Amino acid sequence: MMNDSLGYGRIILSLMLAMGLRIIPLPSFLAGLNPDWVLLSLIYWSLAVPERVGIFYAWTFGLLTDVLLGRLLGQYALAYSLIIYLCLKLHKRLRQFPILQQGLFIFFCLLLSQLLLFVIKNFQNPAQLHGSFWLPVFTGTFCWPMVYTTLRYIRLIRPNN
Amino acid sequence: MNEAAAIKLLFAVGPSINTRLLAAILASSALLTTELRGLQLEPVRAALSFFVDPIRYMVDMPATLIEQTTQSINSYTALKRENELLREQQLVDHTKLLKFKALEQENIRLRALLENSFKLGEQVLVAELLSVKMAPYEHVVLVNKGTRFGVHPQQPVLDANGIVGQVIRSLPMSSEIMLITDPSHAIPVQVNRNGLLTVAVGSGQISRLNLPFLPNNADVKPGDLLITSGLGGTFPPGYPVAVIDEFNPQPNKPFASITATPKAMLDRNRELLIVWSNSNPIPLTSKSPGKETGSEHNDE
Repeated sequence: MMNDSLGYGRIILSLMLAMGLRIIPLPSFLAGLNPDWVLLSLIYWSLAVPERVGIFYAWTFGLLTDVLLGRLLGQYALAYSLIIYLCLKLHKRLRQFPILQQGLFIFFCLLLSQLLLFVIKNFQNPAQLHGSFWLPVFTGTFCWPMVYTTLRYIRLIRPNN
Repeated sequence: MNEAAAIKLLFAVGPSINTRLLAAILASSALLTTELRGLQLEPVRAALSFFVDPIRYMVDMPATLIEQTTQSINSYTALKRENELLREQQLVDHTKLLKFKALEQENIRLRALLENSFKLGEQVLVAELLSVKMAPYEHVVLVNKGTRFGVHPQQPVLDANGIVGQVIRSLPMSSEIMLITDPSHAIPVQVNRNGLLTVAVGSGQISRLNLPFLPNNADVKPGDLLITSGLGGTFPPGYPVAVIDEFNPQPNKPFASITATPKAMLDRNRELLIVWSNSNPIPLTSKSPGKETGSEHNDE
C-alpha cells in the first residue's frame, strides 16, 4: 500500500484524459479553439505537487503529445519542459497569488509554448502566420479555473478503505 | 511515516532542476534535428504509439458506438430497401465489369504491340476512419490500419468516388492520411477530355482544389473531369480526382485561376480504400521471357 493518499495513477490518468480531450473531434470552428489541455494539467500538477511532477513528466508527456498529434518528435517535449521549469521555479509564489494573477501567469505560459511551437513549425517549412493560431492561448486561459477546480477535486479524493 | 516520506520526496536526491531542464532541452533538440534532417525516427514513434493509440481509439469510441446503434435500430423495411438498391447497383456494376475485362485484355495486347509497358491491377485494403482531430488547420485524418497490415507511407487512398489522399505516416495500429485538399498537398492530374497535364494543389478548404499552373488560354472548361495522370508514381493513373467548377482567365497574370471540387466525399466517408499498385510492368511480347526476368532482377 502507498502511505500517501495521492497516487501516481491519478496524475497519469488525468494527463491521459487531457490527451484525449486534445484530439476530440469538434466542428471546425471549435477545433481552432481547443486549448492545450495537456499543458494546463501539467501546470496544475507541477504547482500542486512539485516534488512529484517535474521536468521528466513534462518531457515524457510532451513526447507522447508529439506522437498523438503527428508533429515532429521533440517539439512539444521541448515546450512543455521549459514551461514546467518556470512553474517549478515559481510555484511557491504562484500558490499565494489570487486567481487573476495566476491566470495572467497561465496566459504567458501558454503564449510562450505556442510561440516555441510556431518557431519550430516555421523552421520546418515557412508558413504564413494565421491569426487564429493564437486563439487556443486565450481559450486555455479561460479554461484554467475549470482545470484547476477539476484537478484539485481529483487530487483531494480520498480512497475508501 | 507519512511525514518522513514527504520530507524524503521534498529533498529528493538526484540532479538539480536546472540540470534536468538542460537534459530535457538537449534530448528534445537532438530529436528535432534528427527529424528535420529527414533521418528516420519511425521506430521510436512506432514504440511510443503503443501508449498513444489506445487514447485515439478511446476518443473514437463514441462515434463508433453511435454508428453501431443506428445500424442496429434500422427498421426492417429500410434495410430491405437498402438491400434491393445495393443488389441493383451490384448487377449494373457487374455488367459493366464484364465488358471491362475484355477491354482490359485488348488494352494490354495493344500496349504490347506498341512496346509500351504500363502498370495495371491494384490491391486494396478497407480501412476505417477514426474520428479524431489531429490539428485544426491541416487536413490529416487517421485510419485504423497500420504497418501490421502492411500499410506504408506514400500509398494512395481512395473511396468509392475518387482519390482521397495519400498515407504520410504509418504506425503499427494506425496510419495518418493527408487529404488532397491539404494546403501542402499536390497531385499530378490530367483533364480527361483532352489529356492536358497539370497539378492540382490543395486549398485548405474541404471542397476545393486549385489548379494554379495552367495558362490563360488552356483548353479547360467547367464540368471537365480531372483524373490522375500517374506521373510522379504515387497515384495510379486513371482514377477520378475532381471536377472543374470555375475557370477565370486573369489577363494581367501568367496563369488562370481555376478551381475544382474533389469527387471523393472527403468529409463524409468513414470507409477508405488503401491501394497497393501492382509494381510489375506488363511483360512485352517482343522480349523472350527468360531474358526479361533476368533484366528485371538486375533493376531491383
